[in-house]
Amino acid sequence: MQLARAHVLVEINDESLLAGAEKVLAALEKAVESHGLAGEVRIVETGDLGASGTGVILAVHPDGVIYAGVTVEDVDEIVEEHLLKGRFVERLRAPTSPPLATGLVRDQARIVLENCGRIDPESLEEAIAGGAYEALATIAEQSLRPEDVLKTVKSSGLRGRGGAGFPTGLKWSFTASGEEKYIVCNADEGEPGTFKDRLILEGDPHRLIEGMILAGYAVGAGQGYIYIRGEYALSIRRIQIAIDQARGAGLLGPDILGTGFGFDIDVKKGAGAYVCGEETALIESMEGKRGNPRLKPPYPGAVGLWDKPTVVNNVETLANVPPIIARGADWFRTFGTPSCPGTKVYTILGHAANPGLIEVEMGTTLRSIVFDYGGGLKNGKSFKAALIGGAAGAFVGIDGLDVKMDFDNLKEYAAVLGSGAILVMDETVSIVKVLQGILHFFRHESCGQCAPCRLGTAQMCEIADRIASGTGSDKDVDLLREIAEVMRETSLCPLGQSPILPIETALDRFGDEFVTGSAGAGAASTAK
Amino acid sequence: MREILERYPPDRSSLLDILHDFQDADPENHLSTAVLRAAAQYVGVSLSEVLSTATFYSMFSLVPRGHHIIRVCESPPCQLMGGTNILSALSSLLGVKPGETTNDGAFTLETTSCLGVCGVAPAMMIDDELYGNLTSDRLQSIIARVRRDDATG
Repeated sequence: MQLARAHVLVEINDESLLAGAEKVLAALEKAVESHGLAGEVRIVETGDLGASGTGVILAVHPDGVIYAGVTVEDVDEIVEEHLLKGRFVERLRAPTSPPLATGLVRDQARIVLENCGRIDPESLEEAIAGGAYEALATIAEQSLRPEDVLKTVKSSGLRGRGGAGFPTGLKWSFTASGEEKYIVCNADEGEPGTFKDRLILEGDPHRLIEGMILAGYAVGAGQGYIYIRGEYALSIRRIQIAIDQARGAGLLGPDILGTGFGFDIDVKKGAGAYVCGEETALIESMEGKRGNPRLKPPYPGAVGLWDKPTVVNNVETLANVPPIIARGADWFRTFGTPSCPGTKVYTILGHAANPGLIEVEMGTTLRSIVFDYGGGLKNGKSFKAALIGGAAGAFVGIDGLDVKMDFDNLKEYAAVLGSGAILVMDETVSIVKVLQGILHFFRHESCGQCAPCRLGTAQMCEIADRIASGTGSDKDVDLLREIAEVMRETSLCPLGQSPILPIETALDRFGDEFVTGSAGAGAASTAK
Repeated sequence: MREILERYPPDRSSLLDILHDFQDADPENHLSTAVLRAAAQYVGVSLSEVLSTATFYSMFSLVPRGHHIIRVCESPPCQLMGGTNILSALSSLLGVKPGETTNDGAFTLETTSCLGVCGVAPAMMIDDELYGNLTSDRLQSIIARVRRDDATG
């Protein structure tokens, strides 16, 4: 890699592209060229820098200065003042209290996202400079056996980050023996409000590839697949580039780094179905069928893709594996809580002042996430509730702000970590209306295979519509809960088993809004 | 048609990839009976199997659609930030209901679940382009711009 005096990182993702990042990038390249800095300053397209909704963001290293809301007109000033003369452009610097420069990025415990925003995701060299494939090299150097890798992952205490929190090492160890096995990465991120996996895919694709190779090595699988949502065009492009690079460098293919172990990865593209995030529906979809979930057991570990033993892991889970192998289980356990070691990536959205993506230790309170990292609420409004974990998540009110967020603590509080989406709602929000939106979502996404979910989601929508329009009765509220309970007991897959959580937590924690026939029901406006 | 089919092995697992490519190549953004039949024959399943699969996924359409597909996100985070108003504003701006195509064949209005750009909610996609922080005013200028770009080719 050519040595450069300074690096300018330009955040390129769907959101910054909306704000004109491509034009800023082009202007920057031109300005650097015309100021004769081309040999000294390197411009790097990078993934998420840790804040969204603040326009085009640039980071200048080694100074560590972050500029937000950069437009084409600002580019010359940044180049002349900062890059040429070494004077920071103060008016564009990201605000120093809660958001970017001091809080949002610096205080985070970044494991999964450590390279996101620091490297060019389309460069294998930069990924390697950032530590990629170190774990794989460790295996080759120390001649670690598959069972050693499995043991390290087990003792790290890593739990699945897709929502359920099942211990990853245990899942791997349940993989049945057989000639052909598969590693499937679930990148069908569809839970409303969740975009963490997209930003990992876009920001540090080699980390995921290495995680999949390690998983393959541990369980003895020779082929991996990444199933990505059809809507994630940039993710699909970036991961494909990374796979091609890894193949070219001998990091994928037969006999990786002289270990005698062979592994390859292909991308499969989804076509728009939320239920395909469920692992057996995802497998059906990969086989070219409708995404109807299968009855479990047998689990994919025994009968998976093309009826072969298959490990299905979420993007964030697999992204945690390389540092665990490279640095050890004990190191990983220094983060988080004893039963949930490590970090969690959250997306903060809704009425938060600084919506975006953060990675913090397991056990961080909701209060800290919303107020320290999310910057509190927009427009000086006060906090009313947060919906944690997406549509299949739980409503949490003020009394839940100090719950330490990990799989177990949240369960005790009747909530879930789920996908890590945190939808922040201010005082003007009608919980009735939000719940109504969630129930309509479930009706739309029910695959229709099993009766409790197909009929139940439709019934619940009708009831919620009545309550929201003020024409419901007390019986409706009871019926809503009852249907959700029946669905939890009798539905075939997690989709039908999920609505009980938002319903129960809405009714139990914001029950006064469901007083039917009064102006209270749905009275508060959900619009800004 | 052959060219698209032969990008993939003649295997059921190739079906979604084949359907994606057929639809992307179609000027009316849909899957005709002819291509469904060809896909069925190629991967070796019945036409009804292919129909049942194609209709399962929201990104596939069996009816001809407009030149541009507008997908308005209707997930709870977007609704919270005013997404419902955006859908109705767009609906009256274009004079069509969700699922319908404008008379001139320029736009088909659809809704979609979460687009994963919740930091700039409410959001929508026109074809592969994302648009966020939507307001009624912005909608008007976005639609006007797309129409203008079409007119100038």
